Amino acid sequence: MPVNRDFIGREYVAPTVYEVSREKIRDFAVAIGDLNPLYLEPDAARSAGHPDVLAPPTFLTVLGFRFHDHGPIGDPEFGVDFSMVVHGEQRFVAHRPVYAGDRLASKQVVENVRSMAGNEMVTTRTYVTLEGGEPVADVFWSLVVRGPDQR
Amino acid sequence: MTRRAFEDVTVGDVLEPRAFNVRRSSLIRYAGASGDFNVIHWSERTAKDVGLPNVIAHGMFTMAQVGRVVTDWAGDPSAVVEFGVRFARPVVVPDDDAGAEILVIGMVEKVDPEARTAQVNLTVTVGGEKVLMGSRATVRLA
Repeated sequence: MPVNRDFIGREYVAPTVYEVSREKIRDFAVAIGDLNPLYLEPDAARSAGHPDVLAPPTFLTVLGFRFHDHGPIGDPEFGVDFSMVVHGEQRFVAHRPVYAGDRLASKQVVENVRSMAGNEMVTTRTYVTLEGGEPVADVFWSLVVRGPDQR
Repeated sequence: MTRRAFEDVTVGDVLEPRAFNVRRSSLIRYAGASGDFNVIHWSERTAKDVGLPNVIAHGMFTMAQVGRVVTDWAGDPSAVVEFGVRFARPVVVPDDDAGAEILVIGMVEKVDPEARTAQVNLTVTVGGEKVLMGSRATVRLA
């Protein structure tokens, strides 16, 4: 089933603010096997000049899945079978670090849907800001929805 | 934990190669922490049913391992201002005690004296095959 091109340009605003906690950063850091003290120990982070522990560069992935059901991928009209999805590309552009205590707002835009070698390539961009609007990061996702002949 | 100085970086510098092990338990833990519960990352039955060789690692798990090489080199993770990868080949994770090994080698590709940044390119392989392409990070140095 082709992915619905009508969705190109649609914007999805996360329904709630995401509050970054020390514990979530710890869980994520441990899960990626990185026990960097700047992720785990507030004192170490402060000695390095940070207001609190910071998040690893790929942490904002969490936001993408937190709002999965409120975004295009979770919308049945979009036509994405998630079990046929593999990751195509991923890019983070950081405007400032993500710290424990940050209250993050996000907006996801469907940038493009195109066919590529029998698959569908969906690209989205998520604008992550502080609640007040200060830019935190832009996150670019490309998902490959594998065609039925690959099953 | 201090940021690497721009003056200490030269084009061609090689980051210490590192190997990261990934097992099924790593994927379960990563699924929980990230919220990515796609069944292809934990169900062999489903993975095979959708045409994959077996359970595959989350692309973002692999990317995170690459990130560790960059953040450790940078000295402070907040120095990483841009980080992108293209997933070329899935990392298949067998259901055994050995798992798979992700090998990461990085090199300074270019430097920008005005912005005091360095671009690090990373080669990421499993069993000798590249699993990521175009993997690069921009690091703002002290």
